[in-house]
Amino acid sequence: MQNVIDTANHIVAYAAKAARVQVIAAYPITPQTSIVERIAELVESGELNAEYIRVESEHSAMSACMGAAAGGVRTFTATSSHGLVLMHEALHWASGSRLPIVMPVVNRALGPGWNIWADFTDSMSQRDTGWIQFYCAENQEVFDTIIQVYKLCENERVLLPAMVCLEGFILSHTYMPVEIPDQEKIDDFLPPYKPKWFLDVNKPISHANIVSPEWYMEFRYMIQEAMENAKQLIPEIDKEYGKYFGFEHGGLIDKYKCEDADLILLTMGTIGSEAKIAVDNLRKEGLKVGTARVRVFRPFPREEIRKLAENAQMFAVIDRGISFGMEGFLAEETKASLSNQKDQPLIAGFIAGLGGRDVTFKTIEKIAKKSSEWMRAGKVGKETVWVDLRK
Amino acid sequence: MTETFSIRKYLRDLKLPFCLGCGIFTVMNTFLRAVHELGHENLSKFVFCSGIGCSAWIPSPYFIADSIHTTHGRSIPVATGIKLLRPDLNVVVFGGDGDIVGIGISHFIHAARRNLDVLVVMVNNMIYGMTGGQVAPTTPFKTKTTTTPYGSFEQPLDAARLAVTAGACYSARWTTAQSNELKESIKKAIKMQGFRFIEVVSQCPTSFGRRAGFKNAGEMIKWFKENAISIEQAERMAEEELAQKIVVGEFIRRKRLTLHETVYEIIRREEGKNVED
Ligand SMILES: Cc1ncc(C[n+]2csc(CCOP(=O)(O)OP(=O)(O)O)c2C)c(N)n1
Ligand code: SF4
Repeated sequence: MQNVIDTANHIVAYAAKAARVQVIAAYPITPQTSIVERIAELVESGELNAEYIRVESEHSAMSACMGAAAGGVRTFTATSSHGLVLMHEALHWASGSRLPIVMPVVNRALGPGWNIWADFTDSMSQRDTGWIQFYCAENQEVFDTIIQVYKLCENERVLLPAMVCLEGFILSHTYMPVEIPDQEKIDDFLPPYKPKWFLDVNKPISHANIVSPEWYMEFRYMIQEAMENAKQLIPEIDKEYGKYFGFEHGGLIDKYKCEDADLILLTMGTIGSEAKIAVDNLRKEGLKVGTARVRVFRPFPREEIRKLAENAQMFAVIDRGISFGMEGFLAEETKASLSNQKDQPLIAGFIAGLGGRDVTFKTIEKIAKKSSEWMRAGKVGKETVWVDLRK
Repeated sequence: MTETFSIRKYLRDLKLPFCLGCGIFTVMNTFLRAVHELGHENLSKFVFCSGIGCSAWIPSPYFIADSIHTTHGRSIPVATGIKLLRPDLNVVVFGGDGDIVGIGISHFIHAARRNLDVLVVMVNNMIYGMTGGQVAPTTPFKTKTTTTPYGSFEQPLDAARLAVTAGACYSARWTTAQSNELKESIKKAIKMQGFRFIEVVSQCPTSFGRRAGFKNAGEMIKWFKENAISIEQAERMAEEELAQKIVVGEFIRRKRLTLHETVYEIIRREEGKNVED
């Protein structure tokens, strides 16, 4: 085992190395750049035995990964913001082709209103592409999730690509201590990728073909099934990883003091870690509050949300992103998960931290206090609150 | 021309974002000087369009003019829309080598092919400058960059010659060490019609120079001066020798029907028919 103190972006590079990725294709974009720069160093110095293609755009990066993955090797790319949304077409193609590509996404706002800071709208707007999506709260989780996710995606019952999302600068450029397990143990947990089918000149197959209306729905159904399988496998893999290496991250949802909580703060990413501090402070003031950090957004942990709702009186959902014309992404999914359920808790949505604005435990305490007022009144004052919006 | 001239009359009162010694200052200065010498008191006859990158910051928001920033690599398609709407205006695109002939190269080729009437000024600093110095399709062979720590292993693209092959009416390459030739070239290009391309090999001391082994901007300009050769000189040189050189000059100057001329001609003809029917 090795203890390092480094930025999440460098940790991503070390995770790619630990996962023994074989083909990397990437295009630089702030704040992802230091991932691909560190990987270039690892590849060129021979520490990581992989091919690294310096493509001329993200669309090409994803396309190159698809080619390599179809050839049966473990592939890797990483991007942010405009790079991710430029990939959109290829994202659908990768999931439809059932290629287990893993891609860290360093979350960054979209322009115009040109902005390089953290915002989930880039990856959230890709939620319907058929990609599995994880969101991390700290550097250790970034490392562990990348290793876990290769195991998940390459599972025959899944065979889907996955994004591992981490917020720009807040994680990407922040130094934190991380334990990197011994390589033999990682190799044992994550054996080499052995695809059942791949492009092989001796057993030729024709990849990504035309499918008539007679069968198209069945192929789509299989993707949905794979997502459901992933939902089952994610907690199992997280537990198994914990047994191997001592770190678990809560499976689909990382829950903190939710058992007896009346008010639950639903969060994602680093807002989830801040929320834990807020919860501790508010509990000292006698507020029965907990926080649940949704770690996996696709497949969405609908059943776990329902379980959480059984004992809670209210959910305050904090979103670092907005689906214009509706509300925060997580708020939307939470409400959808609870439809047709008896005794639903009250739900209020809070939009916070767009374009990198700080969301501190103080901000979260304010959100919780407002929510608990509404909880006591038995009525939500406003469906969606834009936190600290300037006039 | 000895009159005192300041580019400030064309600029908003904003602090420019470029690093000390950056070649972009020369390009900006030279372009505005050319505009001045052509007698434009202001930029009201121009529209500027740029993508993402340091060089894309030249016109917007600094020029007192209409300008539009687009996503990385897509300035030429946006300029196409502007030009077809307002054929009377000079549409000028500024961008870096990554923007224009990396991620956006297909637009570059197609605009030259269909002879879109725009001027594209490409600042070729041979690197992705704004993102901190990763290898670009224009990076010289064997150059050290952040993504090629042991030297680049791909051959660089010759954008000025590509423009000729694709159908440009004007294509020229200069370096920031030849600001006078550059200025005359810009003046000529502004007065011409059709797809016009000017590539300016430029120093990026911050993201390119440091890793490539140059101490400062001055050393890079010296390198440009010593290695810039004319097209005629280049014709007499062997390939290996040429690899170290920067070939400068005008690669083509010609007249072809422009996109909006052909489009508007068809519209006029068909409209005329309808009237007779
Ligand atoms: C789709 C997309 N991918 C990546 C980026 C990140 N990015 C911004 S500028 C740039 C390249 C800059 O190089 P160049 O165009 O040559 O301009 P320079 O900064 O060198 O002037 C990149 C990769 C982006 N903005 N959008
Ligand atoms: S990074 Fe390079 S191109 Fe960009 S402003 Fe600085 S010197 Fe100029």
